[in-house]
Amino acid sequence: MYSYDQYDQQMVDARVAEFRDQAHRRLEGKLTEDQFKPLRLMNGLYLQLHAYMLRVAIPYGTLNSRQMTALGDIADKYDRGYGHFTTRQNLQYNWIKLEDAADILADLAKVEMHAIQTSGNCIRNISSDHFAGAAADELVDPRPYAELLRQWSSFHPEFTYLPRKFKIAVIAAEKDRAAMRLHDIGIQIIEKDGEQGGEIGARFYVGGGMGRTPMIAPMIRDFVPLDQLITYSEACLRVYNRYGRRDNKYKARIKILVHELGAEEYTRQVEQEFAHMLDQGVEPPREELERIKPFFDDPAFEDGAKHVDRSDPDFALWVDRNTHRHKHDSYVSAVISLKPVGGIPGDATGEQIRIMARLAKQYSFDELRIMHTQNVVLPHVKIEDLHALWTALDAADLGAPNMDSIEDMIACPGLDYCALANARSIPLAQRISEKFDASGKTEKLGELKLKISGCINACGHHHAGHIGILGVDRKGVENYQLSLGGSEAEDTSLAKITGPGFTEDGVIEAVEKVTDVYLDAREDGERFLDTYRRIGMAPFKEALYD
Amino acid sequence: MTNPDLGTSPDEVQFRFRDDEPADHGTVTVDACCDQTNATAVRIEPGDDARTLLPFLDRLALIEVNFPAYGDGRGYSSARILREAGYAGELRAVGDVLIDQLSHMRRCGFDAFAPDQRLDEDDAARAFATWDNVYQRTVDGRKTIQETRHE
Repeated sequence: MYSYDQYDQQMVDARVAEFRDQAHRRLEGKLTEDQFKPLRLMNGLYLQLHAYMLRVAIPYGTLNSRQMTALGDIADKYDRGYGHFTTRQNLQYNWIKLEDAADILADLAKVEMHAIQTSGNCIRNISSDHFAGAAADELVDPRPYAELLRQWSSFHPEFTYLPRKFKIAVIAAEKDRAAMRLHDIGIQIIEKDGEQGGEIGARFYVGGGMGRTPMIAPMIRDFVPLDQLITYSEACLRVYNRYGRRDNKYKARIKILVHELGAEEYTRQVEQEFAHMLDQGVEPPREELERIKPFFDDPAFEDGAKHVDRSDPDFALWVDRNTHRHKHDSYVSAVISLKPVGGIPGDATGEQIRIMARLAKQYSFDELRIMHTQNVVLPHVKIEDLHALWTALDAADLGAPNMDSIEDMIACPGLDYCALANARSIPLAQRISEKFDASGKTEKLGELKLKISGCINACGHHHAGHIGILGVDRKGVENYQLSLGGSEAEDTSLAKITGPGFTEDGVIEAVEKVTDVYLDAREDGERFLDTYRRIGMAPFKEALYD
Repeated sequence: MTNPDLGTSPDEVQFRFRDDEPADHGTVTVDACCDQTNATAVRIEPGDDARTLLPFLDRLALIEVNFPAYGDGRGYSSARILREAGYAGELRAVGDVLIDQLSHMRRCGFDAFAPDQRLDEDDAARAFATWDNVYQRTVDGRKTIQETRHE
């Protein structure tokens, strides 16, 4: 994986020093809270309901065991012993003191980590496929391109005060594991026939997003040559910075600009800016991509067993559920579920974080990934090591065999932590996983993506859930709207609301009812989503409201 | 130093990175500048398209870019566009210009700063020197980290 050179380190160190200076000026009264707010946000520091929250960037979700260990240590030293993995492939601490923030950033900088641009109206941490470099189905590893974009977007002088936040995802497989088209810019690395055989380039989708106005990004360019990737990104951003709405923060995301202008007109403006920028020399030298690529070379894979001993049914179930096909046939990628039954989705203790780090070192070439579904991946595990790995995970309460099942839900922090939330998400997630686990229905339902947000900002991705739940405030009472049919994968779709909302108990019952409709109606091999698409909303509505 | 609590005129330039004489006459709006053949100083507001000034750059000695609120980042693009088009006169950031925006403004081509509220000189000196190295190629001509790596 990528490691810093002296320049990358110097940039992060400079930022730590800058933040110390800013915090100092705030304490001296030279900065008002209004002036300090965007500065602390750009260093990942939010004020939540009960305390400060610090969000740490994990570029394209990749980290090594030393970094993971440091995250566990920070959880114990500065938080209440927990880290929370997020849908942005990041980690946040929910119980931070302002006066500790600069010290935490310094601890992070020691292991080549930071909290830069994890918040604020700037280009956020670049996300990517959590199986990058391991998946059997990818064209190339997307992370070198993500790293090129990381450098370009870090402290970008023109794009630090955008109309609103800006999220970029990069993938390089037909299968989309990064919700690419629900990003402000989604980039798919593709291959097309060129004069010298296959040529690699980037396909740009712009203007997707969730939040209060969910939109699927339209494709605006089917092929950008790799030596123009940064220039094209810069053109997309400049048009947005100049013309994105600033009169209303709820209409300020690029999706609204693209929607209001129309994809064609937005594209025309980008192409015009791009033509101008090609003469400005903004593209990094081509050698830079070549310098970055070897950091992501394959580790030294060895041939070994291709199958596991399935005599232990619990182990066999975990293997079936939580491993993903690897490009080397003696390996798999193993998913560590952070969704134990009744647990808080995405939470891990400091000790669990260190255990995952140790296991990564022992079994996965020192590498881990964070999934946007709030789980952790060991990307390169030898099939013959799987049983030992599972045994260690299970002992640490990290062995839940539930990837992509209804228990593997995404949930935002909700009203338990977040100042924006209208309703609680976590207790709902806990109760649903307990209920489905107890009835044994999880297994029957197969792949079913449940996503819960505690307010319309949609951090829990409810628009993209096969089943989505949105918490709202109705006359001072928490109320939950149910929606069906969303997908964040390559078949991207937005979920539709079933009808009137429910109480907390009511929505749990409603989830039960829609899963029953599915089980009754499904045909061979259909997932919940497939059945919904075939039979439509009506039968579900009928079961819910008649 | 004057009392930092008192507002200073936007025309009071606190930091200037040029050797020529400052333009000593008032600015006109972008619209007026396009109509008026003798205007040599103009002020851009956030909603103005900086590119409408491109035919007149030769006669302009001062372009002010107003930041009514520091969080409105359109002026950064305006500045770069003007420099990219070859504008060599004074490019002055005016308005809600604060310490922590200085280093980015400088990178986008501003070479004069007239903040509404006078800034602490030491804080500003540190802010201008924030970045020993930079990742992006911009109009300030600084060599990027990526270029340095591949010399």
